[in-house]
Amino acid sequence: MRKPRRTLITAIAALGALTSVAACGGGSDSAGSGSGSTGGTYTFWDPYPQFDASSAWGKLVAKCGTDAGVTVKRTAYDTTDLGNKALLAAQQGNAPDVMLVDNPVVSTLVEAGILNKTSDLGLDTASIQKNIIGAGTIDGASYGVPIGANTLALYYNKKVLSAAKVDPASVKDWASLTAALKKVRAAGKKGITFSAINTEEGSFQFLPWFWGAGGDLTKLNSAKGVAALTLWKDWVDEGYAPKDVLQNTQTTSWQEFATGEYAFGENGTWQLGNAEKAGFGYGVLSIPAQNGGSAPVPTGGEFVTVPVQKDTGRYDVSKKIVTCLTNSANLLATDTTLAYVAPTAAVQSEQVKADPALKPWIDAVASARGRTSGGLGTKYPVISQPMWTAVQSAVSGAKSPQEALDTAQSAAGKGTS
Amino acid sequence: MTTARVGHRPPRSPAARSGAAGTAEEAEARALRRRRRLRSRLTALAFLAPLAVYLGAFYVYPLYRNLDLSLRDYTVRSFVAGDAPFSGWDNFRTVLDDPTFGPALRHTMLFTFVSIAFQYVLGLALAVFFNRHFRLAGTLRALFLIPWLLPLIVSASTWSWMFNSESGVINYALHLVGASPVDWLTSPDWALTSVVIANIWIGIPFNLVILYSGLQNIPAELYEAASLDGASAWQQFRRITFPLLRPVSAITLLLGLVYTLKVFDLIWIMTKGGPDDSSSTLATWSYQLGFGSLLPKFGPGAAVGNILILIALVFGLLYIRVQRRQEA
Repeated sequence: MRKPRRTLITAIAALGALTSVAACGGGSDSAGSGSGSTGGTYTFWDPYPQFDASSAWGKLVAKCGTDAGVTVKRTAYDTTDLGNKALLAAQQGNAPDVMLVDNPVVSTLVEAGILNKTSDLGLDTASIQKNIIGAGTIDGASYGVPIGANTLALYYNKKVLSAAKVDPASVKDWASLTAALKKVRAAGKKGITFSAINTEEGSFQFLPWFWGAGGDLTKLNSAKGVAALTLWKDWVDEGYAPKDVLQNTQTTSWQEFATGEYAFGENGTWQLGNAEKAGFGYGVLSIPAQNGGSAPVPTGGEFVTVPVQKDTGRYDVSKKIVTCLTNSANLLATDTTLAYVAPTAAVQSEQVKADPALKPWIDAVASARGRTSGGLGTKYPVISQPMWTAVQSAVSGAKSPQEALDTAQSAAGKGTS
Repeated sequence: MTTARVGHRPPRSPAARSGAAGTAEEAEARALRRRRRLRSRLTALAFLAPLAVYLGAFYVYPLYRNLDLSLRDYTVRSFVAGDAPFSGWDNFRTVLDDPTFGPALRHTMLFTFVSIAFQYVLGLALAVFFNRHFRLAGTLRALFLIPWLLPLIVSASTWSWMFNSESGVINYALHLVGASPVDWLTSPDWALTSVVIANIWIGIPFNLVILYSGLQNIPAELYEAASLDGASAWQQFRRITFPLLRPVSAITLLLGLVYTLKVFDLIWIMTKGGPDDSSSTLATWSYQLGFGSLLPKFGPGAAVGNILILIALVFGLLYIRVQRRQEA
């Protein structure tokens, strides 16, 4: 018996609070659309927190807004955060007007129904390389314009290789690469570093080997997939690769390579600037396929997208901003800043003219595949997560590569069926 | 928390008092009394309102949303459109059938109880130690608070570097004493141990502070009397310190329990639950489901979160029961 009346009052007060909260929730829908289509502020999200308003990228975004007659309010998020932020914003009805997202996220956002087709907006994508725009193409329609592409290759340390008497030109397939690692190890240096972390980055780094063995993402546990995972596991077991690859992001993996102790490092186009600063001679090899030739590598890079708005009058200005960001002159500047390969042949040739070292990267991008391409779409995330888990299980020694990939396949099969 | 008990008041029954005669004066006085009572009740309500609004907005509504998420079949499309169909216990069934559930639950319990046991024992030992008021005791005690003051991202990243299998300082120390290196964070046998060690380090100050303040409340005369009776230090601890510290210990353990059950950031920063889910707990698994991949699974993620809340609630009720028994 504790003062029932007071309890009642509390309950009523709580109820009142709840209804007022609910009212707030209902009201926020209209807040997102903001001012009308003449002038006003347009919101812009991107995953480049490393660039502030005074950077070349920040200035370009602001200028594209001014040219379109509006103010652009730019917000930069962490890449891994941006997809979920976009979903939440769309649910609240205040998605940004223009958004740059990592390419594998595009299919998820399309699945959520929050992106406009480029054809509906009247954006021209004819000049973009097919394999680059492929990651943003679902059922034959594209949902964004790539701002640039990047991919993976093997950086090598010239000094370490010459000390171990390895000729980089001899690395043509997995067997010759493993032989090179053995020699490096015998010479007292470290072999190779990569990122096998349990996030999308780990899958991104594993794919060149998986595809290089002829693996198929819809059959993770095929003999080819097992061969790729066995290659990584053996490297770690033999000590050719450090055990901490399991924790390495691509950034920490680069830091290991930059110590000058490692012969090889699997990393991306975006490290070229850092490679110049590393203080030792380096070269770049394309990742070899199991039986020779270059392995297919996954494309990285962001797409400029236009999320669905209630006020369709805003699309005209959004389109102007996208066109401005992706015209050839601006692409060249942007992709130079980001150390990306441009998505159009015209800009690529200008990039090579400015920096001949980019040539192998442009070739690599030309033969690269989108992770969500080939009709995978939103099935890719459901496959990718079991795949990186399998890589972790096998490399850490918890399971054999075959067991690990069997588990992964059954998990992926459950999710995609 | 212990002040909730209220004495019995005499029953308020104006009808009984006004009884026989209904004179005008009496009626007026009654009206005045009623008005005054109404005003005081309104005042009480006004004082209550901010708290109620706060609780509603930040506790009740999120809890309701989480429950709602876990009972509907959310896909990315229906999440945005807000028309996810009600699916009953499907998400819970999915989660319970998942091969990750068993290990995650086991790791959560291991992580929680091993962490708490060490945190409490070490915290108590340090509290008793610092209760002796030697020189520099204050400074040293302040130094022990550092783990608590550091942002978790800093301490977790630092531990992660120290535990690194290639260049970590712990393996270097092992190397110096001639032991072979341990793959702290990259071996499925060690990952959980490593995060538990880091979590114990983080939790000691909390236990130290609360238990130390509990020690301050034990009257010094008891110890004097005990030493006059010839009790040894250990006997003093067993017969005086520990029993008198019981209420403080109970709340420390309960708070530690609830706090440790939901530890997420530390594990996520150090291992992300890996390798091979060997250090995944319910908290990290819930995050993994909801936000860890490119295609979020909000429903099952929320279901795991709710299971975690339920576990915490069970321990909370257990605490209240124990406390009632102690008071009785």
